[in-house]
Amino acid sequence: MPVTDAYNAPVKDMKFVLHELWDASELSTYEGYEDASPEVIDAMLEEAAKFMKNELLPLNQTGDREGCTLENGVVRTPTGFKEAYDKYCENGFTSLSTDPKYGGTGLPHTVEFMVQEMVVSTNMAFGMYPGLSHGCYNAIYLHGSEEQKDQYLPKLNTGEWSGTMCLTEPHCGTDLGMIKTKAEPKGDGSFAISGQKIFISAGEHDLTENIVHLVLAKLPDAPEGVKGISLFLVPKFIPNAQNQPGERNGVRCNAIEEKMGIHGNATCQLFFDGAIGWMVGQPNKGLSAMFTMMNAARLGVGMQGLGIGELAFQSAFDYAKDRGQGRSLSGTKSPDQPADSILVHPDVRRMLLRMKANNEGGRAMAAWIALNIDKSLKHADPEVREQADDFVQLMTPIIKSYMTDAGSEAANLGVQTMGGHGYIEEWGMEQLVRDARIAQIYEGTNGIQALDLAGRKLGAHFGRYLRSFFHPVSSFIEENAMNPDAGEFIGDLAKSFGWLQQATGQIAQSGLKDPEEVGAASSDYLRLFALTALAFLWCQMALKAKEAIKEGRGDAAFYEAKIKTARFFYKRMLPEAQAMFKMIGAGKETIMALDEDDFSIAA
Amino acid sequence: MTEIKKIAVIGSGVMGMGIAAHCANAGFQVDLLDIVPDGATDRDVVANDAIKKALKTDPAPFMHKSRAKYVTPGNLEDHMDRLADTDWIIEVIIERADIKQDLYRKLAAVAKPDAIISSNTSTIPLSILTDRMDKDRAARFAITHFFNPPRYMPLLELVTTDATDPAVRESLRSVCDVALGKKVIDCKDTPGFIGNRLGTLWIQVATNAAEDHGLTIEESDALAGRHFGIPSTGIFKLMDLVGLDLGPYVSKSLYDNVNQGDMFREEYRESKLLEGMIAEGYTGRKGKGGWYRLRREGSAKIKEVKDLKTGEYRPVERATGAALDASKKGARAVFEAGDTLATAAWEYMSKYFIYAADHALEIANSIFDVDEAMKTGYGFKWGPFELMDEVGAQWIADKLREEGRSVPALLDAVGAGTFYKIEDGERFYMRADGSYTQVVRPDGVLLLSDIKLRSEPVMKNGSASVWDIGDGVLCFEFTSRANSLDDGTMAMLNKVITTIEKGDDYKALVIHNEGKNFSVGANIGLMLFAANIAAWPQIQANMKAGQDAYMKLRLGNFPVVSAPAGIAVGGGCEILMHSDAVQAHAETYTGLVEVGVGVLPGWGGTKEMIRRHLGNKRAPRGPMPALVKAFELIGTGQVAKSALEAQRDFRIINEDDSITFNKERVLFDAKQRALGMVEGYQPPEEETFRLPGATGRAAVDMALHEFHMKGLASDYDVHVGREVAMVLTGGDTDVTEELTERDLLKLEQKHFIALAKQPKTLARLEHMLNTNKPLRN
Repeated sequence: MPVTDAYNAPVKDMKFVLHELWDASELSTYEGYEDASPEVIDAMLEEAAKFMKNELLPLNQTGDREGCTLENGVVRTPTGFKEAYDKYCENGFTSLSTDPKYGGTGLPHTVEFMVQEMVVSTNMAFGMYPGLSHGCYNAIYLHGSEEQKDQYLPKLNTGEWSGTMCLTEPHCGTDLGMIKTKAEPKGDGSFAISGQKIFISAGEHDLTENIVHLVLAKLPDAPEGVKGISLFLVPKFIPNAQNQPGERNGVRCNAIEEKMGIHGNATCQLFFDGAIGWMVGQPNKGLSAMFTMMNAARLGVGMQGLGIGELAFQSAFDYAKDRGQGRSLSGTKSPDQPADSILVHPDVRRMLLRMKANNEGGRAMAAWIALNIDKSLKHADPEVREQADDFVQLMTPIIKSYMTDAGSEAANLGVQTMGGHGYIEEWGMEQLVRDARIAQIYEGTNGIQALDLAGRKLGAHFGRYLRSFFHPVSSFIEENAMNPDAGEFIGDLAKSFGWLQQATGQIAQSGLKDPEEVGAASSDYLRLFALTALAFLWCQMALKAKEAIKEGRGDAAFYEAKIKTARFFYKRMLPEAQAMFKMIGAGKETIMALDEDDFSIAA
Repeated sequence: MTEIKKIAVIGSGVMGMGIAAHCANAGFQVDLLDIVPDGATDRDVVANDAIKKALKTDPAPFMHKSRAKYVTPGNLEDHMDRLADTDWIIEVIIERADIKQDLYRKLAAVAKPDAIISSNTSTIPLSILTDRMDKDRAARFAITHFFNPPRYMPLLELVTTDATDPAVRESLRSVCDVALGKKVIDCKDTPGFIGNRLGTLWIQVATNAAEDHGLTIEESDALAGRHFGIPSTGIFKLMDLVGLDLGPYVSKSLYDNVNQGDMFREEYRESKLLEGMIAEGYTGRKGKGGWYRLRREGSAKIKEVKDLKTGEYRPVERATGAALDASKKGARAVFEAGDTLATAAWEYMSKYFIYAADHALEIANSIFDVDEAMKTGYGFKWGPFELMDEVGAQWIADKLREEGRSVPALLDAVGAGTFYKIEDGERFYMRADGSYTQVVRPDGVLLLSDIKLRSEPVMKNGSASVWDIGDGVLCFEFTSRANSLDDGTMAMLNKVITTIEKGDDYKALVIHNEGKNFSVGANIGLMLFAANIAAWPQIQANMKAGQDAYMKLRLGNFPVVSAPAGIAVGGGCEILMHSDAVQAHAETYTGLVEVGVGVLPGWGGTKEMIRRHLGNKRAPRGPMPALVKAFELIGTGQVAKSALEAQRDFRIINEDDSITFNKERVLFDAKQRALGMVEGYQPPEEETFRLPGATGRAAVDMALHEFHMKGLASDYDVHVGREVAMVLTGGDTDVTEELTERDLLKLEQKHFIALAKQPKTLARLEHMLNTNKPLRN
């Protein structure tokens, strides 16, 4: 039995971040979210927790082993996926946060985020099928015509149809300006789409009766580069008059990739051979339409990092507490047993605590961003909406990059904690290493995320996005400078924040003269930013916990653990911020000094 | 040489009134005479109305309302006797030779023998005006051709002939150059002189090319752009700006007056479309619109343009094309771009080049004068010969030959060389025979651009340079974008102050530059970024650095003279207020505009404004009147519309400072001013103040409340106003307490930072950076 079976959704911690660290009750004051009371949210989380554990978790390891198969252009998903998918749809998980006008449940995105974490923890490969449909829904919802919305959104909401994003081609991924797929107008408002797309997640499968592809392609007279890309909607089956799947469209899956992980998800090569499609949004404005999808997807990938991280942590801990090997360095702890649990070993604890601190900090960050997404969409005051959106824009690359790095690290630490057993398929831990790895790559590699942060978000509107983070942190430090409860943290937080401010100023200034300086600093800058954000969150969480203990409410042990984890983060993880600051300060010189030949000279 | 003290202007139309107002600006007493309309009860009604209208005109012909008193209205029937002691009579009446000649006869009868008479004609040759005039009178007669509006347009064409007394020419040159501040260009007595001759041809061939090649107006305007050194008005926007009704008149008169075979006669076309527009009242910006117009649709304003093919208005579209894409690479790249736009551009620019080269020495004394006239008359960056050097004179000549067109003699003479060359830091221009003559500046003209040709900066960084302008005087030049001020500026100021104080080489400092703006103030982009990342200590440090540098300018042991021209706002105004003297160009627009971006003057401007108004001996006693005035100026972010206003009403320029009218003389005058202060220089002492504190704020609060009620101030304006008032009233103080300048500077820091933390201030800063317009939130 795999160690991952020990997993239980961290609903307790989710409630803590939603209701104690943040105040999710504000959501029900927004128009359209009146029903989303804390009680409703909590009930939803409990229900989701049960469903995912019962229906998805059992398919995680089997899905990985069995994988997807392609026969005669038909992709078969692993055993049990179809049944689980039908139940998933029946329970409304495909439409949690979507517009009731099109059959959605209309819950806040915050709820969706928390549920996403559980889906990923229990079965990341499965979760990608409905996940991509959701991205497809968003792009049509925001950029599609009324007719397109009426036709496709209800089907995506029920889960009867699923969606994809078709961007990558054999010769281009990051640089989409180079795509070759063509869209020829047919004169009746539709287009004939021809070209090849690769790495298309959920591009073909047996879970739904129809698949809605969103395809980037170029019009015949399109300008060069990214300014000449348009977005097209290409259904696998063209809907008939009754809006049922009709004629088979000219899109075929001719191969699925053999890949490192997420075996339960079909990664397809798709051929479009004069497939009929309709334009979504304006001609040559496809990239910006795609980016609304992409931004949401990047946040979703960040949640994959968290989901894997949580699963890895729980599984590794479950293994470690029962695994007896050797004795504690400070003397025997379990004399009645042949050996002490490996949990007595400082280095094992170090690994588990890194995972725990990143998971809980990441969850707090995810909730912070999710609440701001809801605020940016629903708050009555346009200025507040803009500020919230600034914050989401700013934090998207951070959550995507830091949390997928942390998830990958957690999976590896999980293997490490288990020693040789971690490396054995049967235990289920090595799968997490393989599954987690892709999250650092797709939807824009983490290097691209760092460039997005340092090169675009940092300077946008003269630093306005930054304000949404820097001002609250600055005020928090000022307000708590004399707070004795914060005393053990605030100095270190202020230091890290100061480094972040300095690094931000340096990058802004050096970047004006030399964009390579930005590139050289970007990854370290993103990490410094993330660590500072986590420090801000951990200090607040510790303060909330101390407050709860003083007031004698709730589970004191939960709060004590919070405070202890906060201390661990501050003493054993935050110091990395200084190293990042130093590396940023070193500039590009040593990075750019080598000639191409210098790289190969040793071999 | 006649010294001109009293001036009369005959004719009070737009030009006559403008000239009279500008003479008044320069401090002359001016008689403004016009006809008596039939049956008028007020026999001076024409001149009276003109003055009234001038006081309401924007941009204002007068530099200060009080200058209107210098203009004495009158009429040509009752007040001819006033002309008896007038030194210079300027005729600005209808463009008809017979009527003008008749007037001159009447003037000659009353004017004193050594009076000078000049005409502002733009179309009638001097030889015709002086026809049948007695010889002595004719010797004291010239054409002084002002451009519209006279206060603002620097070009003045001075037309004389061999019959003109050289002393008269020199008197006119002197008064127009020094007193009125004009760029005086000697012209020969030929049709349209320089500006109208070449300018009208240029517009004609450009519009012809647009028509012949099917260019849209947007394409034409984009094509006539920065790559040719032409301002953003291009061609059609320029016509709208000047007024469409004037063009056909000037063109027709030029057509009638130039010789047979002149290129202009071949190119001249009358436009039915244009005639129709004028008839409908589409006379350009002064009318309902012109080639461009703004159409309101609900609350939206739609920018429209005439479609040259259909003659109808349609929404403005962005012009594109290979020639425009190439324009960043310069003029020649545009010609070589290979599309229709490129063909059109070469077609008309080549005609302009040929016309200039063919006629330059027939209409002016030198190609240099032609270039200077076209630059000052049209705001071009390069005159035609400078532009030909940019493109490559030989390249142009070769291309003309290739096309089988004849090459003008001057272009032939320049060969593989250039019309201008620089040798040993001096600039030379080519004469007809291919030899070169050095550009010599008139006495009293000192240009930083000349100094830059001759020398290297004494010190420089990314924000400022320091030049040795001789006699132990240094010139501090801002070099950043729009001359905005940042920590680099302050570092350089500190360095130059130390250099002058510690060494023996230098004894005075002039702060001056030849940019379009003296300074737009602090670099608010950097400020906003710092505020967005909550770098409050850094902002405070920058404020303190600025305050310290400015206080050193004020209190240092050597004279500092600021010599601004153009816009000097925010930090650029505060530097004037901390200089020991200001030698301003008359067209200096200065003020403390910080509230527009939601902050307050924080480099000592708030402190200086209250200090200066407390020191106003003409104002009622006590701190309240000074407080109210300072608050009004800062709180509404007002900008003085002239140096005179800045001196009289704002007290940004000191009462004992003098104003220079000619921009090219500002640096020289400032240097002389500084040198005059060196001997026995005593720096001012830091002052102390007694300010009312909370009781003073109560009065300001009432005023703010009233503004708010009337809808003149938003909630946030009130908030910003209160922070300004906190500094002006001295913070937590009362009249028993003595505050130093440093105390007020600290208050500036505190309340500035408080404002910089406000999201609405940050929104104002961002909006200003994005749109160049203030946001009222």
